[in-house]
Amino acid sequence: MIIEQTYQVRGGDFAHAGDASSKVKKLLKQLDVDPRKIKSIVIALYEAEVNIVAHAWEGIIRILIDRDHIRMVLEDKGPGIADIEQAMVEGYSTASREVREMGFGAGMGLSNIKRNTDQMEITSRVGEGTVLTMVNYF
Amino acid sequence: MKVIDLVNALGLEVFSGQAGLEKEIAGGYVSDLLSDVMGFAREGEVWVTLQTHQNVMAVASLKDLAAVILVKGFTPEPDTIEHSNEEHIPLLGTPLSTFEVAGRLYALLQHHKGVLSLES
Repeated sequence: MIIEQTYQVRGGDFAHAGDASSKVKKLLKQLDVDPRKIKSIVIALYEAEVNIVAHAWEGIIRILIDRDHIRMVLEDKGPGIADIEQAMVEGYSTASREVREMGFGAGMGLSNIKRNTDQMEITSRVGEGTVLTMVNYF
Repeated sequence: MKVIDLVNALGLEVFSGQAGLEKEIAGGYVSDLLSDVMGFAREGEVWVTLQTHQNVMAVASLKDLAAVILVKGFTPEPDTIEHSNEEHIPLLGTPLSTFEVAGRLYALLQHHKGVLSLES
């Protein structure tokens, strides 16, 4: 069983932030994945989705569900991350004032992702974009 | 305790999501940071916040929360109401501050737990 899904995400489009995560959540429920695993996957995916909305210009989410795991690849065109190690520090954020006022940009996103994934990898080019790969086993 | 019991006990305004008023409450969570709620709130909890935009309902839905309480007389934005109705998650309001509503919610839940343990 291999299921592939692709979702487009637009930078700044907070009205639809979380739509892709919501669809993946429903899909995993239909596939009867352990609810505790779904919870972790949804936390990580939502944070990653919001990161594209809050920081990038546009992005694409590719989901690949295999028998025993899910692979989520989020590729965006955006400013990139100059110092990934620093971005990983809990509490560090480069979010705008508007984004912070909405309750985002607390510098918790990447640590939430790390805490809720089995594998996580970030590669980034400043001025071009970022690729985040997350894998969770069922 | 159900969401409707909480509404009656605290005299909360029901803005939307009436379809979810019979949901059981598992606990409460207080935060205005969405990532904090995303990372640490648990299924069935009531979320107390001053954020009024529709991303609140996206988070509440992804986390399967029982209800959202807006504090200090804040009112939800129209798309927040729409999202709450779609997801069947009650969006509630109170003139009380976060501190006061959290205290009352905690006391109600503790009292309810006590009653349940006496019954069993």
